[in-house]
Amino acid sequence: MHRIGVDVGGTNTDAVLMRGREVIAAHKSPTTADVASGVQAALIALLMQSGLEGGQIDLVVIGTTRFTNAVVERRGLSPTAAIRLCGPATRSLPPMVDWPNDLRAAVGAEVYFAAGGLDYDGRAITPLDEAEIRRIGMDVRRSGVTAIAICGVFSSVSDAMEQRAAALLSDVCPGVDISYSAGIGRIGLLERESATILNSALLALARQTVSAMKAAVAACGLRCPFFISQNDGTLMNADQVQRFPILTIASGPTNSMRGAAFLSEEKDALVVDVGGTTTDVGLLQNGFPRQSAQVVSIGGVRTNFRMPDLLSVGLGGGSVVAVDALTCRIGPMSVGYELTTKARLFGGDVLTATDVAVAAGRADLGAGRMSLGLEPELVTAALGEIDRILGDAVDRCRVSSTALPVVVVGGGSILAPARLAGLSVIRPKHFEVANAIGAAIAQTSGEVDRVVSLGSDSREAALLAAETDARRLAVQAGAVEDTIIVTEREDVPLAYLPGNATRIHVRVVGDLGDIRRA
Amino acid sequence: MREIVAEDLEALAIGAGILGTGGGGNPYIGKLRCLEELKKGRRIPLLALDALDDEAFVVSVGGIGAPIVGIEKFEEGEECLRALRAVEEFFGRKADALIAAEIGGGNSMEPLLTAAQAGVAVVDGDGMGRAFPEMQMVTFSIYGRPSTPAALADEKGNVVFYRSTASEQDFERLARSTAVAMGGTAGSATAPMSGQFVKTAAVPGTVTQAINLGYAVLDAARQRKDPVDLICEREGGVRLMDAKIIDLKRHLKGGFAVGEIRFEGMGTFSGQTASVIFQNEFLSFEQDGAVRVCVPDLVIILELDTGRPITTEVLRFGQRVAVIALPCHPLLRTPEALAVVGPKAFGLGSVEFQPLPRPTWL
Repeated sequence: MHRIGVDVGGTNTDAVLMRGREVIAAHKSPTTADVASGVQAALIALLMQSGLEGGQIDLVVIGTTRFTNAVVERRGLSPTAAIRLCGPATRSLPPMVDWPNDLRAAVGAEVYFAAGGLDYDGRAITPLDEAEIRRIGMDVRRSGVTAIAICGVFSSVSDAMEQRAAALLSDVCPGVDISYSAGIGRIGLLERESATILNSALLALARQTVSAMKAAVAACGLRCPFFISQNDGTLMNADQVQRFPILTIASGPTNSMRGAAFLSEEKDALVVDVGGTTTDVGLLQNGFPRQSAQVVSIGGVRTNFRMPDLLSVGLGGGSVVAVDALTCRIGPMSVGYELTTKARLFGGDVLTATDVAVAAGRADLGAGRMSLGLEPELVTAALGEIDRILGDAVDRCRVSSTALPVVVVGGGSILAPARLAGLSVIRPKHFEVANAIGAAIAQTSGEVDRVVSLGSDSREAALLAAETDARRLAVQAGAVEDTIIVTEREDVPLAYLPGNATRIHVRVVGDLGDIRRA
Repeated sequence: MREIVAEDLEALAIGAGILGTGGGGNPYIGKLRCLEELKKGRRIPLLALDALDDEAFVVSVGGIGAPIVGIEKFEEGEECLRALRAVEEFFGRKADALIAAEIGGGNSMEPLLTAAQAGVAVVDGDGMGRAFPEMQMVTFSIYGRPSTPAALADEKGNVVFYRSTASEQDFERLARSTAVAMGGTAGSATAPMSGQFVKTAAVPGTVTQAINLGYAVLDAARQRKDPVDLICEREGGVRLMDAKIIDLKRHLKGGFAVGEIRFEGMGTFSGQTASVIFQNEFLSFEQDGAVRVCVPDLVIILELDTGRPITTEVLRFGQRVAVIALPCHPLLRTPEALAVVGPKAFGLGSVEFQPLPRPTWL
């Protein structure tokens, strides 16, 4: 099978073409402002390198920070009305109460409280008032707002009320984009509601982005389905992306780590992704990044998404080296993507970490080691600092004394020594496009996250029921049944509630099934 | 009289989380609620315990229920106020000040926002100096003032008034089952007391203590100092161990999250191992077969880098933590108190309470 993975990063667009497990073409170029033309250029380059025709490609997966950037930069967001189904409950804190002011202004502050919502056991707080929902819909229509986000209290217990409200609003304001919280977030009202509002605000941009990418793919003669990476490194098809763009925001770091796992053939390892300005260190467990338990903030908004647990340090290939008689400091200032003009190796006048690495013989780039003329003491001091920063970061991400390999990826990975924190360092071939590889090898997933009252059921029976549902969702998303494995399986008992109320979470992933050409 | 302002609330949320000893619910929602009250132009005056008039009428307010419901179906806004009004109506008298039953966790915030709504002051003190799982574990009831007459109120307009109960355990049982029937949480007003009684039975200065703990964490970040050292220095704490969590068992028992955490020492504590038992809150710290610290002294787990508190819900394998202990107030160390909040009351039958030394300046 021929698969293409493209990672559209903040600086570079990286792309790979794989046949089975083999990388047969790789490409890196600066990301274009409109994203799509950079993607198109990358696809064309891959086809030329490999000698293949567009029609021979079975699958294209694109990872993009487009939607994260839109939120962070407050651009490309649609004005959105937030409707909370809650009855009298939760009115003490309106939607977007803890948002940064500029983001709230970008999305508009239309908020509505409406009858509805559920208690933890599924009983309605108050019944949904259909006439009220219709009135709100008319209001939204008059206001000219183009997107609606619906969030019901305890919708993770049942999404029927949110779905009904969405159907009514869709009727009253045709053409308005609508999303509701049940498919988007977990328990925690403000966080899930915020994620849903951001999602709705991104729907127009999602349509535009998907359409542009589809056009870029088609323009290269590809006739296969195309997918976008989501937060957990698995795929979403174009329709799903147009409904849940918010679920793509953490795909970058996840893809890097999955690519590192694939290239190194290690399922359990520490991964060090060295970029131009920063390095992210994470832990791979069974082939997937360890997830963070912390609140994840996007553009200053608290959400409850799961993202890789990464430690970021301010050291990268372009980090500026500052030396005086007593100390040597590296970073956090960096020349970033201007490395190939500003670094000494390339005729510039800034001493960067890359210059030091080449001077020490860790790589051969630009005008080469001899051209630098750096004093040995300076090189030793700076190298020592690089090793200390990276070694410290690796050590802080370990969870046990078990020796694990350290896989180094990313364009700046030439900085790394042969051992870090007493562990062996692996720098696999194609390390500079690990993120695109991670996108290319993406699997598809199914996830169940809900509150159940165990009652007379055993914990095992509830987990099994959730697993069955998760498997079914994965198959619906295209997974081949016998490749499905369980990657997350947990039950958390909920204190102070009767009937053994328990939160059940199961996630499964599987390989994508037969990809038929269009 | 000091007033609590917006900046203080951030510090209070952190400090209340620390004093929560792993439980008590998340103060984030409560902090946002207090900020909303301040935005409306309302105020939160903080009254020192010894400034309380002997004849003052003081009521304890707080939330009761499941923390998970508290982050999903949070308050309509005036639940505690409605409960307070029901108690005031019974006595034919308005409260002069409000006090927290529990400074640890989310309940630190309820008295502040209710005081802002009612236009009265909050007493600088509480009924625990930390968090505990059950209502009879409050000093007011330990020292003779029962919780009733009391009231619970929900968001739907239900207000349930408790005239009297045969024991504190009965009140805990009845109130909790009402809270469950109300959907998992309720606002409560309990233990109407005289200023004179409050002065003898409240753990003093704990709102200020929580605020100071929070500022220690925030200052440490700004000044690039070690937050854990700063906390132990300012509060007479003991740094028990810097460690990684290497094992975590967690299950339900009688509606509470119970379990055990095992640690492997790091840094200057390399080579050491220890364990902590919890029942919502952290109960004991055990090392080399001996319990070094236990309830009612405070066993606290902090993020090693930031000094921010870790609750039992977010404990994870591999976390890098600092386990510290703070001495509890002498009010929790009397025989009457130990019978209710000592190790035997938590099922740690064979453990004898060895109080942590309290620095003389505390």
